[in-house]
Formats: sequence, C-alpha cells, structure tokens
Amino acid sequence: MKLPVVKKQRTLATETWRRFKKNKLALTGMIVLSSLVLIALSTIVIDLATDNAVYNNYVIKQNLRMRLQGPSKDHIFGLDEFGRDIFMRMIWAVRYSLFMGTIAIALSTIAGGLLGAIAGYYGKVTDNAIMRFMDVLLAIPSMLLATAIVAALGTSLTNVLIAIAISYVPTFARTVRASVLTIKDQEFIEAARAMGASDSRIIFKYILPNSMAPLIVQATLGVAGAILSIAGLSFLGLGIQPPTPEWGSMLSSARAYIREGWHITVIPGLGIMITILALNVMGDGLRDALDPRLKN
Amino acid sequence: MGKYILRRLVMMIPVLFGVTFIVFFIMSLTPGDPAAIILGDQASGEALALKRIELGLDKPLLVRYATYMGNLLRGDLGLSYRNQIPVAGQVWDKFPNTAMLAVAGIIVALIIGIPVGILSAKKQYTFMDNSSMVLSLVGVSMPNFWLGLLLSLLFALKLGWLPSQGMGQGFFPLLRSLVLPALTLGTGVAATVVRMTRSSMLEVIRQDYIATARAKGITEKQVTNKHMLKNALIPIVTAVGLQFGHLLGGAMLTETIFSWPGLGRLMVDSITSKDIPMVLGSVIFMAVMFSFVNLLVDILYAFLDPRIKSQYGGPAKRRKGVVA
Repeated sequence: MKLPVVKKQRTLATETWRRFKKNKLALTGMIVLSSLVLIALSTIVIDLATDNAVYNNYVIKQNLRMRLQGPSKDHIFGLDEFGRDIFMRMIWAVRYSLFMGTIAIALSTIAGGLLGAIAGYYGKVTDNAIMRFMDVLLAIPSMLLATAIVAALGTSLTNVLIAIAISYVPTFARTVRASVLTIKDQEFIEAARAMGASDSRIIFKYILPNSMAPLIVQATLGVAGAILSIAGLSFLGLGIQPPTPEWGSMLSSARAYIREGWHITVIPGLGIMITILALNVMGDGLRDALDPRLKN
Repeated sequence: MGKYILRRLVMMIPVLFGVTFIVFFIMSLTPGDPAAIILGDQASGEALALKRIELGLDKPLLVRYATYMGNLLRGDLGLSYRNQIPVAGQVWDKFPNTAMLAVAGIIVALIIGIPVGILSAKKQYTFMDNSSMVLSLVGVSMPNFWLGLLLSLLFALKLGWLPSQGMGQGFFPLLRSLVLPALTLGTGVAATVVRMTRSSMLEVIRQDYIATARAKGITEKQVTNKHMLKNALIPIVTAVGLQFGHLLGGAMLTETIFSWPGLGRLMVDSITSKDIPMVLGSVIFMAVMFSFVNLLVDILYAFLDPRIKSQYGGPAKRRKGVVA
C-alpha cells in the first residue's frame, strides 16, 4: 500500500502568497510597485554617489530657451515651463510620493493600531475614551484635517507627514479594534491568560499577529490614499515646494501653462494614477488572498 | 423613529464640541502674531499689545475656546484678519456654491454609477462587466484634480464647449459652468458607486426570493427594479453618504482648478493669506456639515431598512453592518 504524501504545513504567509500569485492583476500591481521602489532607491543612490550632481544638472536645472517643448527624441516627456526635463523630474519625484505615503501610513498604523488594540482589549471606559476621540477625528474629512494641520504648522515635509498620519489614525484604530474584539474572547487567549501571560504579552504576542490581515490590507489602500493627499496638498501649494520635483506640485505649476503645452499637465498625473492603481489592485489582491471568504 | 433621531442628535453634541475644539486647537498652533498680521509691520509695540488684548490673545487657550464657542452659538465666527469683514457672512455666502457642487457631483456619481453597477452585476464576468470594473479601478485611482485639468484641457481649451473658470450667472450659464466641476468631483465617487452597486446586487441576485419572483412570472425589469435594487440600495446609500467627506475635501481642489467661488476655495485663499479666523470658520463649518450629512445618511438608512427601524421599536440594540 502506498502511503499518502505528507504535505509540509503551510504558514499563513506561504498560503497567502499561493493565492495572491494566481491573481494576475494584483501580481502586475506588485511588479509595477516594486519597479517604482527600485527607481526611487536608485535615484537616492545616484544622488548620494554623485553628490547631487545629477539632481542639480538634470532635475532642477532650468533652460528657459527650450521651455514647454513637447516630447522629442532627446526629452521623451518634453520640457516643463522652466525648460527642465520632465522625464528626469518624474523619476526623481517617485521617492516623495512613495516613501512619504508609506512613512505617513506606517506612523498612523502604529499609532492607530496601538490605540485600537488597547481600546478593544480593555473595553469599557478606556474603549469609550479612545473611540469617542477617534469619532471626533473621523468627523473631520481627512483631507480637510490634513489641510488645517498644514495650514497651522506651516508647509514642510515633516508637517505634511504629520498631518496625513494623524488624519489616518482613526481608520486604523477602528480596523484593529474590530478584529481585537473578535479575537479576545477566543479560547487561546483565555489559555494564555490562564498561563499567566501579561496584558502586553497577550496583546503583542497573540492578539495583534492575529489581527494583521485586515491591517495589512487597510495599510496598502491607505498608502494609496496618502499619496493622493500628498499630491493634493502639494497641488494646493501646501505640500512639497518647488523646485523639488513632486507630482502634485508639478501639476500645480503646470496649471498656469495649460494652454501652452498639454504634456506638462498629462504626464505628472499619469505618474500618480499608475502608482495608485498599482497599490489599489495589490490591496484588493491581498484582501482576497488573506481572506478568501471576502471574495465575491 | 423620532426617538432614534433624537438620540442621534443628542449623541452628536459632544462630537461637535470635540471637532470644534480640535480644529480650534490646531489653528491656535499657527506661528506668527495675529496682531502683527492685522496691523502690519509698521505698528508700534503698544498698538500691537492693545490689539492682542482686544483679540483676547492674552487669555489661556480654554478661555479663548469658550469665548469662541459662545460667539459661534450666536452665529458669530469673528472677523477676518485680512479685511475685517465677518467670517460667518463669508462662509454663509460661499456655502451654497459648495453644496451645489457637491450635490451635482453626487448626481453625476449616481447617474453613472448605479446603472453601470446593475448592468455589471447582471452580466457578471462578461466583457461589459470586466471593462466597467477596470474603468472603475482607473476612476478611483485617478487624482480628481488631475481629471479636472484634463477635462478643462479637452472641453474648454481644445473644443471650447464649456467654460473652465468661474460660475455662470443665470440658469443656463450656471448649468454650463457646473458641468466640468461636477464631472471632476463625481467621477471618483461614481467609480466607488459602480463597485458598491455591483457587489451588493450580486449578493441579492442569488437569493431565493429572486427565483420566487421570477417563478411568479413577473417581468425581468420588475424583478430588477422592485426586488433586487430596493434591497441592494441600502449599502449604496451608506457608501454615497460616506463619500460626502471626500467631496468636501475634493471640493477644495476642484474649486481651486475651476475658480469656483465656494468654501474650499475660500479656505485655500485664506490659508495663503494667513487669515486664521477665516480658515477656522470654514473648517469648522465644513466639519459640522459633514457630521450632519452623516447623521442624515444614518437616518435614511434606517428608513430604507425596516429591520433597523424595528430594532428601535424595542430596546435599543447595536446596529449590524455599519462598518466605516
């Protein structure tokens, strides 16, 4: 008699990956995103290696005689209102959108996650105090809250980060609280408590790892939202300031020259859209892969 | 039902106090001396000191907040730093324009979103469904200010069909000037509505009572409109309501692009000129409006879903299914 082949037990990560890679759209999103991360990292390396020479000579160098020239062989995306190469600016702008969006969401995931876990775990007064505060923050539309914070604190990279991070905290607090509530009464938590585990050990070791799935999905989609907010703030002149290349601020300055060259309006927006699209399809794919029951 | 509305209204009071306090606190962090902004660089130290006392800046934050709230409840939002006109008047002046834009945006979203969503669900996995899903993904991923620029590039500058700046006077000019901003604001929401409608229709479509309805021999149109859509509508209402906040945020960008004289643009202009009372007033106003719209959505939701209404007939229970 042939014995059945014993399969190695799959972890959640390998199981998720197995399902995720079947989704071609999500996989494409991931590839696009990885390439963007690679681009961003290589521009940083280039800046460090050449002591900003490339940045100074190609990204922010003005050439007024050639201003607003359309796409050509030498400049595939054309030149902007100061005669700067749009292709180079697009490439150098990737890092701001991608990394600032990621950092902002990382901050709010940590803050919101902790608040949500504490609220859900302890319940009662603690829960009420934290969640009513979150309700208040949620009652202000996030873009409005971010704008108000930047308006008060002034426009700088850090302030934009803080503004966007704060405006996303309630979303994560709610997500984590909801999953903590479903987990905390399960038997393995009771077992841990019976064995004398402390509250913080239970939260960090047992509850949070088990409520990761919705958090990861929410964070991926959150980065997309954060990138849009950063671009929006920059478009209003409240985010990243010129001459630093950033997609939103490139669009903002293109607005004045919309009659003179279509390419300066179309191209930066395409950059934003492709990034957001990649994040969205990846987020959707992750959700389906992490929890197949949600798929319809 | 009346009890439910009353309860929700009472619950809103602390939230509104919280919202106003947070916004007040944030704006109080603004660096720079308001007295100097009002009086200019030439003012003497004495005049500045007097102005600061007049503005109440010598008092602690909580006292200033209490004064502000006292005035707010009487409909007074203070004076603009820039031109000393009452903020409340300005805000009331601009609000109808923003509301009009938001409503037009929602209408665009519903006109596009619901029919496309229904068709997608009824013809699931066909070419039509797949392409509308791809388009709606593109729609949610597109920054709305970029869409606004593209629309004005095409329809205003290249084709010259519609105005790209300002608000028209008179009915038809107004309608014409509303088209591009409303499309800009509504497209992103439309994409969300398509996805919501599709998934909630799909949930309904496989229910037994739909088979029963068909077996009774009523027309497919009636099945769709009466049996499917009515039940599928509930989550759509919530989704649209929740989008209202996005619309207010998006209104800032859309109004800036199209020079639409609304609250968002007032706010952006005031930020640029460091007119704190104006920023404070418009943010508070928008946040309060947002809270009211959310309340309205919840009430509408209770009307649409008899199960929720009946819950409030007996002892108040937690409602299911409302997850933000």
